[in-house]
Amino acid sequence: MNHIAPGARAGIYHYDEIDRQFVAERVEQFRKQVDRRLSGELTEEEFKPVRLMNGLYLQLHAYMLRIAVPYGVMSAVQLRKLAEIGRRYDRGYGHFTTRQNLQYNWIKLEDTPAILHELAEVDMHALQTSGNCVRNVTTDPFVGAAKDEVVDGRVYAEILRQWTTMHPEFTYLPRKFKIAISGAESDRAAVRIHDVGLLARRNDKGEPGFSFYVGGGLGRSPFVGKLVREWVAQEDFVAYLEAILRVYNQYGRRDNIYKARIKILVHELGLETFTREVEEEFARLRGPKYRLDPEVVEAIRQHFAPPPFEELPDHSDALERARAADPAFANWLAVNVAEHKAPGYAIATISLKPAGGIPGDATCDQMDLVADLAERHSFGELRVTHVQNLVLAHVKKDELYDLWKRLDDAGLGSANAGLIGDIIACPGLDYCALANARSIPLAQAISARFADPVRQRTIGELGIKISGCINACGHHHVGAIGILGVDKKGTEYYQITVGGDPTLTTAIGDILGPAVTETEAVDAIEAIVDVYLANRRDGAERFVDTLARVGHAPFKERIYAAD
Amino acid sequence: MSAKDRSKEGSMKAITANRLRDGEVVFLGDGGRWVESFAEAALFPRDEADGVLAAAKEKAERERFGVDIYAFEVVEQDGVPVPATMRERIRTAGPTVRTDLGKQAWGKQAWGNQAA
Ligand code: HEM
Ligand code: SF4
Repeated sequence: MNHIAPGARAGIYHYDEIDRQFVAERVEQFRKQVDRRLSGELTEEEFKPVRLMNGLYLQLHAYMLRIAVPYGVMSAVQLRKLAEIGRRYDRGYGHFTTRQNLQYNWIKLEDTPAILHELAEVDMHALQTSGNCVRNVTTDPFVGAAKDEVVDGRVYAEILRQWTTMHPEFTYLPRKFKIAISGAESDRAAVRIHDVGLLARRNDKGEPGFSFYVGGGLGRSPFVGKLVREWVAQEDFVAYLEAILRVYNQYGRRDNIYKARIKILVHELGLETFTREVEEEFARLRGPKYRLDPEVVEAIRQHFAPPPFEELPDHSDALERARAADPAFANWLAVNVAEHKAPGYAIATISLKPAGGIPGDATCDQMDLVADLAERHSFGELRVTHVQNLVLAHVKKDELYDLWKRLDDAGLGSANAGLIGDIIACPGLDYCALANARSIPLAQAISARFADPVRQRTIGELGIKISGCINACGHHHVGAIGILGVDKKGTEYYQITVGGDPTLTTAIGDILGPAVTETEAVDAIEAIVDVYLANRRDGAERFVDTLARVGHAPFKERIYAAD
Repeated sequence: MSAKDRSKEGSMKAITANRLRDGEVVFLGDGGRWVESFAEAALFPRDEADGVLAAAKEKAERERFGVDIYAFEVVEQDGVPVPATMRERIRTAGPTVRTDLGKQAWGKQAWGNQAA
């Protein structure tokens, strides 16, 4: 195969020949399976699980292909390939998802083997994006750059990728299995809503280790992950996870799809029993075979060595001049740019949430532009976030203004990261075969209503998250304001929850009252914001804190007063 | 009989699938032929729909033509048959948030962009 390897850039893991051969073999295997399906040798019933294992779903209008972006990090070369595929085989755009992946919505079954072949040329694939396996491991989109980072999550995410890919015991779990890792003080990976959430820490000797949270998840029965062990040393990292997966494989329910996730097992066994089972299994497993060799960790860490940062003063005169001269840029800086650990550098979030736009969608031209900008300003790599945005992690402060102007010209300059306009919305009934209601139009109406950047900053940190059905792909349970689409006798209604929190203080939102129509929903959100602004202390109290202090009553009163 | 003449007779059903090779939404038309436009879909009285559906499923699997085959309800709106649910209206037209895409962009649906 003709590989256009991502190049010796920082931050991207280099596949070796074993990885490449494996991916290539899978593509050829799938090509034959598609041929056999099209020729009638395989029935749909036989073919469907194979199709899903290769990331191909059937949606309302066509097939949907989900491409894995391992731990959300990719190279400019890879993004350009995604743009090329979107143009040639789809309709000129793609959708970045809360799983830090990319989905195309208009794929033909007969084209899929060719698409997978092209992806393999840049070390990409759709493996582990579907089915009851360990899914693509996610991590902090600021990994390797954040000032508050203690441990580099990519290293352990990559160890897990290698360890779980085709692991015979873990390809037929009771249900899908999602793992997230955060190695920074603030949790930007929503670890406690995953089947296993890992917080990487260092002990007083500076050695890395992990807190294990197990049994988090959203969907029909939302649960916050529970702390199963405070400290697992690096050498036991794989053994402990293997112990958890074994207990899950042994006791997890296979009779009822709604009760099959590990969150239900943890809930039904109780934390104490579950932990005891895991600890017993761990005690049995612990030994040379499962000990994570520090040399292996070091070899993988080499792949993620810091890029060649220049020695720069932390202060940038060019940046300060631009900040003073251009208020729109100053606003973007304040909202979308985060502190970097290297002096003179910064982390820039590229919002895929223009006011009135479709959250997470990017055109192929925009992808090409971001690839160019990643090459010019960020060592040729970029990240996908779980709030459906992109990140250039290593931008020189001197170059931020140039970057922003190019982004803004292409409709990518919105200053709303973390604000009310930064809405997560799943595809909903516009695309998804499982949906009860549309999600996107509501997101568009809300972001248009709150388009004014000054108003957004006045409101401050406030996440709105929308799902079109109880599967909760849009994370509505953990939205400060969550919206769930429901179907009432053929009409779309929306149920509003408040008080959700995706960070380390994870909380599942509470339902505020009866579901409302789409038009009412936009007004209701505005009413909630008004009540918050009228009640918040010191002009700075966060929405969730005001809500915790004043309770639901004033919000309910305002929204449902007319009833 | 085409959609237009039959829907007045009360609650009707149409039969739909996604085409196997590309996922395109298709409808069972007259004479057991599959069509891409809802305007050309055949409409069946409720009590006949089950039988037609079973036969269509068997044939589509044998001919490897369509997957996910089912019947959906059709109602009359302003004298024109339209799918009863938002879901089927969206399948028939395309995403309401991208009216430049799907059948609506090719003029393949009968009743304007009513899902929007
Ligand atoms: C369009 C096709 C999609 C289908 C058919 C689909 C299906 C599902 C289903 C059935 C679940 C619930 C699984 C369970 O709890 O066992 C789920 C959960 C989830 N999906 Fe999707 N989904 C789709 C698209 C997406 C998209 C576009 C995103 C990202 C925006 C997404 C992100 C998620 C997440 C984060 C969960 C997690 C909830 C959890 O961990 O409990 N999905 N999806
Ligand atoms: S939450 Fe429901 S409607 Fe939204 S993408 Fe997931 S399965 Fe589809």
